[in-house]
Amino acid sequence: MSTEAAHHILSYRKLTAIWGALLVLTALTVLITRAELGALKVWAALAIASVKSGLVIAFFMHMKYESRPFRIILFVALVTLAIFIGFTFFDVLYR
Amino acid sequence: MSLPATSSDGFWSDTGKTGIASWIFSTDHKRIGLLYLYSVLGFFLVGVLLGVLLRLELMAPGRTIMGPQTYNATFTVHGVVMIFLFIIPSIPASFGNLVMPIQIGARDVAFPRLNLFSWWLYVIGAVIVLTALFTGGGPPDTGWTFYVPFSAKTGTNVSLAVLGVFVLGFSSILTGINFVTTIHRLRAEGMTWGRLPLFVWSLYATAWVQILATPIIAITLVLVFVERVVGTGLFDPSRGGDPIMFQHLFWIYSHPAVYIMILPAMGVISEIIPVFSRKPIFGYKMIAFSSLAIAAAGSVVWGHHMYTSGMSDTAILVFSFLTFIVAIPSAIKVFNWVSTLYKGSISLEAPMLFALSFVLLFSIGGLSGLVLGAAATDIHVHDTHFVVGHFHYVMFGGTGFAFFGALHYWLPKFYGRRYAEKPALVAWALMFVGFNIMYFTMQVLGIRGMPRRYYDYLPEFARLNLVATIGSWILVLGLIILLVNLFRGLFRGEAVGANPWGGATLEWSIPTPPPTENFEEDPVVTHGPYDFKGAGKP
Repeated sequence: MSTEAAHHILSYRKLTAIWGALLVLTALTVLITRAELGALKVWAALAIASVKSGLVIAFFMHMKYESRPFRIILFVALVTLAIFIGFTFFDVLYR
Repeated sequence: MSLPATSSDGFWSDTGKTGIASWIFSTDHKRIGLLYLYSVLGFFLVGVLLGVLLRLELMAPGRTIMGPQTYNATFTVHGVVMIFLFIIPSIPASFGNLVMPIQIGARDVAFPRLNLFSWWLYVIGAVIVLTALFTGGGPPDTGWTFYVPFSAKTGTNVSLAVLGVFVLGFSSILTGINFVTTIHRLRAEGMTWGRLPLFVWSLYATAWVQILATPIIAITLVLVFVERVVGTGLFDPSRGGDPIMFQHLFWIYSHPAVYIMILPAMGVISEIIPVFSRKPIFGYKMIAFSSLAIAAAGSVVWGHHMYTSGMSDTAILVFSFLTFIVAIPSAIKVFNWVSTLYKGSISLEAPMLFALSFVLLFSIGGLSGLVLGAAATDIHVHDTHFVVGHFHYVMFGGTGFAFFGALHYWLPKFYGRRYAEKPALVAWALMFVGFNIMYFTMQVLGIRGMPRRYYDYLPEFARLNLVATIGSWILVLGLIILLVNLFRGLFRGEAVGANPWGGATLEWSIPTPPPTENFEEDPVVTHGPYDFKGAGKP
C-alpha cells in the first residue's frame, strides 16, 4: 500500500462540486416522483440513488484513491449484497 | 488454577498482571482462547441441562414435568444458548484462538486487543440474553428463530433477547475480521497457502461467512426490536409488510451460520485423521477448496428452510437445486477423509474415535438433509422430529463430537498434562451409543408424523419417546465421564512432551505448554502440514 494513496487530500473545490452534484440528484429524485413513469419510477429512483452512493464511496470515502485490495473487498461486499437481494426476488417476483 | 507439570510453565506464568486480571484483560491469544473455551463449555452445560429437561417432559404423553408455556420457553432458551452461546463461537473462538496463530507461525493474532474486546462482547451479549430470561414477560417462547408475527406480538421478553443476540453477532464479526487479517498477514516465512493446515483453511472460510453474513441477522433482529417497540409494520401484512420477508432475512444469515458451525469442525477432523492414521491427508487441495466452496454455496441456499412458508414455487425449485449442490463439497471431504484412512497405520485413541464418529454421524445427518432439501419429501416431514433429529446429527454428532475430539487432541498441549485413555474410551462409547439411540429414534418419530415444538403427543408415539429419553441419559452419563476424566487429567494427569501425537503442524514443534509468544524465534516452514517425514519422528 503506497503512503501516497493513503494520504490523498481532496480540494475544497472538488468536494463542493460533488456536494452540489448530490444536491442536484436529490432534487431530481423528488422531481421524478411527479413525472408519469409508471413502474419505471422505482428503477429511476434506484438508479439515481446508485449514482449518489457511487459518488460518496468514490470521493468522500476515498475509494477512488485506494489500492486494489480495498476496492476488491468493497466489490465482494456489494456482490454479496446483490446476490442476497437478487435471490430473494426468486420468491417475490414469482409469488 | 493449578500449574502444568513441565519445568517451564510457558504462557501460564510470565505475565505482567496477576490473578483474574491476568486472564480477563489478557491479549494473549492462548489465554483468550481458554477464556472462550470455559465460557462456551459453561453455556454448553446449561444447554445440555435444558435439553435433558425437554426429553424428560417428552418421556411420557401428557404433562410430565412442565406445562406447555414452560416447555416453549425451555426449547427456545435451549436453542438460543446452544446456537448463539455455544456452537457458533465453540471451535473457531476457542480452538481457533488457541491453535491457529501457532499453526501459521505467528506470535499472536493480528489485532490482540480487538480479540479481547470480542470476548468481552460475547460476555456482554450473554449477560443480556440471560437477563432476558428473568425480566419483562419472562423467557422468550418463540423458538430460537424468532419468527414474526408471533415474535412481534408475544408478551415474553423477546426484545431484550434479540438485543443480546445482536451484541453476540458483533463478537462473531470481530473474530472473523481478526482471523482473515491474521491468516493473510502473519504467516511465517515459508508458510505458503499450500502449506496452511486444513484447520486454518476451514477457519479462513468460516471467517468470511462471519464477516459477510452476520450483519444481516443483526439488522433483522433490530427490525424485530423496532417492530415490537414502535410497531413499524414491516412484517405486518395489514400494513403493507411481509412476514415471509423476515424468514428470508433470518435464514440469509442463519443458514450460512450452519456452516460457521460445521466448517471449523471439519477442519479439526482434517487435522486429527492424518495424525492418527500416520499418513499425509488425501486430497489436500480439494479439502481446502471444498471449505471455500461450502462457504460460498452454503450462502445461497437459505430458502430451503421455507418450503412450506408460502414462498413462490420458482424459489422452491431454485433453492432446492442449490441445496443439492452443497452436498458435493461435503461429500468431497468425507471421501477424502476415508481415503486418508486407507492403508494408514490407524491408532484408535480418543481424538481419533471422536473424529471417526464425526464422519459417520455427519454423513447420516447430511443424508437425512437431502430428504429435507428435496421439496417433495420436505413438505411431509417439515417441522417434525425428523428435522430435530437431522440437525442434531449434524450439529451435535458433527460439530459437538469434533469439539470433544479437539478437547482431547489439543488441550494436553496447553496444559502439559493429559487425560487417561481408558475412561475416555468408555465415555466415547457411551456418548456414541446414547446419541444414536436418542436422535435416530427422533428421526423415526418424525417420519411417523410427530411434530416438533409440542409438549404433548399422541399415545402411539409413547414407546419411542421413552427410548429417546433413555438415550439422552446414556449420552449425558458419557458426557459427565468425559469431562471429569478430561479435566482431572489436565490438572493431575500424566505429563506430556512437545508432540504427544506425532503431529507435523507447527504447534507440535514448540515446547509444551507453549511460551507466551509461541516461538523463541520466527519459524521458517520447510514442509507441508501433513508431511510426517519432513517433520521427523516424535
